[in-house]
Amino acid sequence: MNTADQYVKAIYLLQQMENGPASTGALADRLDVSPASANEMIGKLESRGLAEHEKYKGVTLTDEGIVRARDALQTYCIIERFLANVLSVSEFRTEARELEPVIDDLVAERLDTIIDRNDDCPDCFDPETDACCHLEISTESAETEQSAD
Amino acid sequence: MSVGHRVTSDHQLARLLQIGIVLEEVVEARSYHHYQSLEDAPTLDPDIETLLEHAAEESAEHRKRLEGLIEGLDAESIPFEEIKTLVEARYGGTEPEDFDDILYDQLCNEETAYKFYDDLIGALRASDATFGIDRGHLIDTLVEIREEEAEGVEEVTKLMNTR
Repeated sequence: MNTADQYVKAIYLLQQMENGPASTGALADRLDVSPASANEMIGKLESRGLAEHEKYKGVTLTDEGIVRARDALQTYCIIERFLANVLSVSEFRTEARELEPVIDDLVAERLDTIIDRNDDCPDCFDPETDACCHLEISTESAETEQSAD
Repeated sequence: MSVGHRVTSDHQLARLLQIGIVLEEVVEARSYHHYQSLEDAPTLDPDIETLLEHAAEESAEHRKRLEGLIEGLDAESIPFEEIKTLVEARYGGTEPEDFDDILYDQLCNEETAYKFYDDLIGALRASDATFGIDRGHLIDTLVEIREEEAEGVEEVTKLMNTR
């Protein structure tokens, strides 16, 4: 998944959580990048027609940006489900975040052929837990992953 | 979350190689499954038969090479037999519609594998991390596998064009 897709996905999830525009600071925190880097990419997303930025308010995805974000979220959901259900990785959220930049949509589509993904994907994704709601997150693995973040 | 293409640890590398193994399993299982379905087909196409036989053999060989790389890394192993069973079970019930369908599926498999190795090689070259195995050997092996996938794409495309 390329960098732009990671950004639109993060903006989409933050907009859901904040019920409004995503602040640049929250976006930078979520992606673990500097606010300057986040601002630079927001400018690129604006020029591609994927997002709109309003000073002091934050960034909002356009309709095209939302489509792109939902595709990226679906790819991310495939990676999480593949790690959890096929490779039995308990800390699948941490690992999915690590692998996300290296796994292309085409590869995710192939992995999708061997996992059972629900029809409601990507609406199944819970931004608060950062996981597909159909995946079981054990208390132990959730604590370990939060401390690793 | 990390933004950008980076591979920084043995664990992350091992996981990516394991994904490569699963993709090879998919190619192998589908090639085998399609090959089996050809035996019952009214008209046997020797070119497609040879292609699928070769694809299955090559994927098995790639899988072994990837397993060899993982063995040298400081990482936990995964239950390969379970994955094999899972992948085979997935394709046990699917029948290709016709020969063109088989070729198209094979093309998608080869292209996906090529893209995966290409991205992985790019991510490794973009990182200066050291791993439990020799970096040069790792990249050389992946480049060789990637080139074989590229040849596979070419072979399937050639066969599709002659039909």
